[in-house]
Amino acid sequence: MGRAVSLARSLLPFLVALPFLWALQRWSPPYPTLVLRYVGINIVLAVSLNVVNGFTGQFSLGHAGFMSVGAYATAKTMLALADVQLAFLPEPASDAVLFGFALLVGMAAASVAGLLVGLPSLRLRGDYLAIVTLGFGEIIRSVIQATPPAFLGASLGLSGLPLRTTLIWVGLGAVAVVVMARRLALSTQGRALFAIREDEVAAEAMGVDTTGYKVRAFVISAAFAGLAGGLIAHSVGAIEPTSFDFKRSMEAVVMVVLGGLGSITGSVVAATVLTVGLELLREFQDYRMVAYALMLVVLMLARPQGLFGTAELWDLWRRKRPAASAASAGPPGGAA
Amino acid sequence: MHRVRGLAPLALLLALAACEKRKAAEDTVASAAASGPAAGAQILIGHVASLTGNEATFGDSTDKGIRLAVDEQNARGGIKGRQLAVKTYDDQGKQEEASLVTTRLVVDDKVSVLLGEVASKRSLAMAPIADQYQVPMVTPSSTNPKVTKDGDKVRPYVFRVCYLDPFQGAAMARFARDTLKLKRVAVLRDVGNDYSVGLADFFLSKFKELGGEIVDDQSYKAGDSDFKAQLTAIKRKKPEAIFVPGYYTEVALIARQTRELGLTVPLMGGDGWESSKLFEIARGALEGSYFSNHYSPDDSGPRIVEFVKKFQARYGGVPDSMAALGYDAARVAMEAMARARDLSGPAIRDAIAATKGFAGVTGVITLDAEHNAVKPLVVLKIEGNAGKYVATVQPD
Repeated sequence: MGRAVSLARSLLPFLVALPFLWALQRWSPPYPTLVLRYVGINIVLAVSLNVVNGFTGQFSLGHAGFMSVGAYATAKTMLALADVQLAFLPEPASDAVLFGFALLVGMAAASVAGLLVGLPSLRLRGDYLAIVTLGFGEIIRSVIQATPPAFLGASLGLSGLPLRTTLIWVGLGAVAVVVMARRLALSTQGRALFAIREDEVAAEAMGVDTTGYKVRAFVISAAFAGLAGGLIAHSVGAIEPTSFDFKRSMEAVVMVVLGGLGSITGSVVAATVLTVGLELLREFQDYRMVAYALMLVVLMLARPQGLFGTAELWDLWRRKRPAASAASAGPPGGAA
Repeated sequence: MHRVRGLAPLALLLALAACEKRKAAEDTVASAAASGPAAGAQILIGHVASLTGNEATFGDSTDKGIRLAVDEQNARGGIKGRQLAVKTYDDQGKQEEASLVTTRLVVDDKVSVLLGEVASKRSLAMAPIADQYQVPMVTPSSTNPKVTKDGDKVRPYVFRVCYLDPFQGAAMARFARDTLKLKRVAVLRDVGNDYSVGLADFFLSKFKELGGEIVDDQSYKAGDSDFKAQLTAIKRKKPEAIFVPGYYTEVALIARQTRELGLTVPLMGGDGWESSKLFEIARGALEGSYFSNHYSPDDSGPRIVEFVKKFQARYGGVPDSMAALGYDAARVAMEAMARARDLSGPAIRDAIAATKGFAGVTGVITLDAEHNAVKPLVVLKIEGNAGKYVATVQPD
């Protein structure tokens, strides 16, 4: 009984989101839908990076690398399954199941890559870790470019991928990453990550398995970056290695820092503002990147801790209830 | 204090929501206006280009060529009594951006024809959208064979007005072997660039087939700035020429370092060399080198002379081949629109597919069943910081 209730509660965000997304998908015109899809993908990217950079305080610059692993794994799976239809399902349902499966394969592949980068992070901290992750992203790109074209398409990349990414998939992905991050932040695991962020030595002295938790953070973060990669691959219908270069990682870092390191809703808002903002500026072509840079400079001057600091949107209404007001300064407090 | 901290993001969110709403309203107005175009309304041509990023000069030149062609057509009275307008969006040299702006051009701006992209990778991201919404797309200079294909099938709505990498590579091999009578050539390719790799492969196989010898096959990556290791290795093999099918920035640096190492043999390359920046960076190191191109501005053909004159009058400066190809792509599309029975996507598509013997600046263009242009290529020799016309290689 208790289990059924907790299951229902964890599914609740998805059940609430689904009709909403379905309606958007159904009635929103194609161009805003596409922009919203990019918003969603950037939310997945930013929130997942926040788990490493914000929660754990490790500075990773290799997020695009995980994204490309996920994108290529998902794309290859979809290409391999191109002629497969599950016999017991009608075609659209079968397509959806197969795409879901391919996304999971992408997440799995990316999390393996996350494990590989997580391991050196056992020894390295701060700048050194940043350089390792940066190098990792570049290695992935170089490896893809150097593999024989028949397999990963080398520098031309893969094209002709089925366009399966819908707003519903992206929306569910975004909800999933937010739910994951929130539940992680409220759990014992999350507390351990915060402890590592605040003081690694003290955390270790208190019996926190710092290396273990750091690797776990990397793996979780990488898995969702892989999800973002899979979604973008099947949104554009083509992928190429240079889409996932260092600049891409930087964009994700900018979103996280802008939203506030450690704030989930901050990352969500920053991803939304930056993606939509750049779209609104499209009319001003030449000044677009100037405006983007200016916006970042102004925001960083006005709020160096990011838009939200470490606070969360959901703290707003929680604070009204007297019992939970104590935990407002740090990471989100109180049980859900 | 805490309250204030919480309020700021909330206000921001509200502002954002307001922005999104207003935008949505604009969108509906735009689509309502475009869905029932009045008889005298403008015909829109959409152009997707890399106006910023590493290949910015390509997008910029192409855009100039397109605008020149469209303005000429307007001066002649437009098409079917309607004036034309060009809408260009920047894709920053990114695939996702190309996909996004293509959708915007097709869905929101309701363009009749899409032009672009220069790079094959980004044309590959545009092609499915052109097919999906049945808007014909003409790429001025994507030379990779895959662009007009969806697996084994030909993409119904995608065309190009340039030759393909296989032809370009093979033609340079024929030129090196038959005209320059070279026997020993080394290859230095950009492994991170599909264009360069493809060209190198096609050159290699043709050159060997013609009885030449490839003495070395080295590689680099775009963004590298030191090529001494590769060039030293190449120097030891004593080649008579080096084939460097890369983009202009690296090629120019390679040329300088080649001369610094005392290697004086000519370099050879493809249309990726085409940029005024090439000479600026190379500082004379490329004298005596050869590259294949789509056209030569000092060709004495009347069409070319006229085009160069008009381009110079408007923009100042000699048009490069990207500008010429953009000009031709726009003209092929407009000529087809004029011939088409109406301005619906399928009608224009059929008209473009029927393009035959079109006298363009970059040669006489005939589109084959695979939607590729069959046309000759010119070889230029670099003399005094300019490409001088040497030979024309006809398609087999």
